[in-house]
Amino acid sequence: MSSSRRLTGAKPFFGIILPLYEERGQGVIKLMKEVFEILERDARTTVGQISTMTGIPLAEVEQAIKKAEEERAIVKYKTVIDWEKLGEEQVWALIEVRIQPQREVGFDAIAGHVYRFPQARSVYLVSGTYELAVLVCGKSMQEIAAFVAQKLAPLEGVQRTVTHFILKRYKEDGEILAEREEVRRLPLTL
Amino acid sequence: MPPVYPAQLQTRRNTTSYRASQISSSGIRKFFDLLSSMGEVVSLGVGEPDFVTPWHIREAAIYSLGRGDTMYTSNSGLLELRQEVASYLHQAYHLDYDPQVELIITAGVSEGLDLAMRAILDPGDEVILPDPAYVAYPPCILLAGGIPVPIPTRGENQFKLKAADIEARITDRTKAILIGYPSNPTGAVMSREELAQIAKLARKNNIMVVSDEIYAQLVYGIEHSCFASLPGMRENTILLGGFSKAYAMTGWRIGYAAARAEIIQVMTKIHQYTMLCAPIMAQMAAIEALKFGEADVQQMRQEYDRRRRVMVAGLNDIGMACFEPKGAFYTFPAVRGTGLTSEEFAEKLLVEEKVAVVPGTAFGECGEGHVRCCYATSLANIEQALERMSRFVDRHR
Ligand SMILES: Cc1ncc(COP(=O)(O)O)c(C=O)c1O
Repeated sequence: MSSSRRLTGAKPFFGIILPLYEERGQGVIKLMKEVFEILERDARTTVGQISTMTGIPLAEVEQAIKKAEEERAIVKYKTVIDWEKLGEEQVWALIEVRIQPQREVGFDAIAGHVYRFPQARSVYLVSGTYELAVLVCGKSMQEIAAFVAQKLAPLEGVQRTVTHFILKRYKEDGEILAEREEVRRLPLTL
Repeated sequence: MPPVYPAQLQTRRNTTSYRASQISSSGIRKFFDLLSSMGEVVSLGVGEPDFVTPWHIREAAIYSLGRGDTMYTSNSGLLELRQEVASYLHQAYHLDYDPQVELIITAGVSEGLDLAMRAILDPGDEVILPDPAYVAYPPCILLAGGIPVPIPTRGENQFKLKAADIEARITDRTKAILIGYPSNPTGAVMSREELAQIAKLARKNNIMVVSDEIYAQLVYGIEHSCFASLPGMRENTILLGGFSKAYAMTGWRIGYAAARAEIIQVMTKIHQYTMLCAPIMAQMAAIEALKFGEADVQQMRQEYDRRRRVMVAGLNDIGMACFEPKGAFYTFPAVRGTGLTSEEFAEKLLVEEKVAVVPGTAFGECGEGHVRCCYATSLANIEQALERMSRFVDRHR
């Protein structure tokens, strides 16, 4: 099924894991959702910890996670790393891409061309003055410039690109990188 | 009848008052000093959220400061805030208070508590309260000239206050019952039916009830029952509410009291001369909190709930028996298995394993045999603390 049709066809878009618990009521759905919220926050939380935190029996947590992995509702487990802190230079750019939709396949064919490049770390179809937002990662500005000039811009159907190099990363995936808000409390209060 | 003060204390030679001498500065001062001198302690001893105030609330206060809102407000507090409080109480409990005359904005529940006691007590009046209870209750009663009458509550009953026990202690000097559920230090809650028993007693004996509901929004898997919403109790209750815990706003010093006009009028009179008004920055922030803070409260509550489950399961696992607290962010496990008193337990645990908990006796005699462990700290801290406590308990069995 093409992704453009998937956006309009409601059922599969809303997933199949949580609706499995529908017959057991909204409370159970909310609880099961917590399993995934906890994992999304910290992928290293163990099944046992999740079971204690939510009060859902261990076997059920295990089963829900397994099913979600199979269905790719859990896409992967990843770690947010500040590479700069590790001493590794990384250059990121947000590239606006204007493309011409094609008969039958709309934007999907060109998007498919773009997202198959490993340099493209995230690819989104967006509304507004351009169509594709592409997040690109490379080792240097030259590398990214070369990718845009040699791979992205010449693609058939691509009308124009605008490259915004990322100068500073303040927040990544909900985590503030710049400074950490410390909680400064007295060690003991009654 | 004014209390009869010892003769030697009636002379003007004493620099400080007899009344002030009745209250002890917290019994765990020594413990606190010890704690402050140590590094690397995992503290379960903190009685406040480990979240910073949600950004939109801070931002609203910054904006109002930028705009120049730096003046006194009306003694009762900004009308807009009183209106927001009124509409919150209506939505939450179908309780209607007139923001003009039945609500006052205070510098925290702490001030509300003090005002309430000073507004209703004459010297020698008795105030019934649970033991253990929040540390400020007895001093506030004493400073207002009253006499605290603690009612023992027990772990076997999940530290609930029983109407029958209250009834046995009612005298013709009983002026008020002071309760605070969900409870600091036990995490205990009381159901609507259980509270109704107390309400019945209060009505029958014409006793006021002062209800400190600062943890009302932090209950887990149950609904909070507001004492003032019990039949006939709106007129007979001073309801104290706050922002410190649910919105993580301890440092702002903001809260409110709701009661019938006659009482609020007297409380406002005292407040007018002793506080003038609650800080305007905090009032501005509180308006934002009530208008747009519900999602934050929910999120923090969910986080506390997860930690609560880890803490309760962990404590019971290591042999520190602990009932399931349904509110606030405290657990109150028993230390009896170790043969140590609460204070010995807390002190040794701190010295040997660098984990800080609060001895139950800090909250009243009936806190003996228990310690207060607060779970408003990261899961990593909780797990670390449990591990160390497990070692400690094994060693002292
Ligand atoms: C039961 C109880 N009441 C009142 C307070 C004080 O609240 P506030 O910060 O609103 O003065 C606390 C704080 O620990 C508390 O636990």
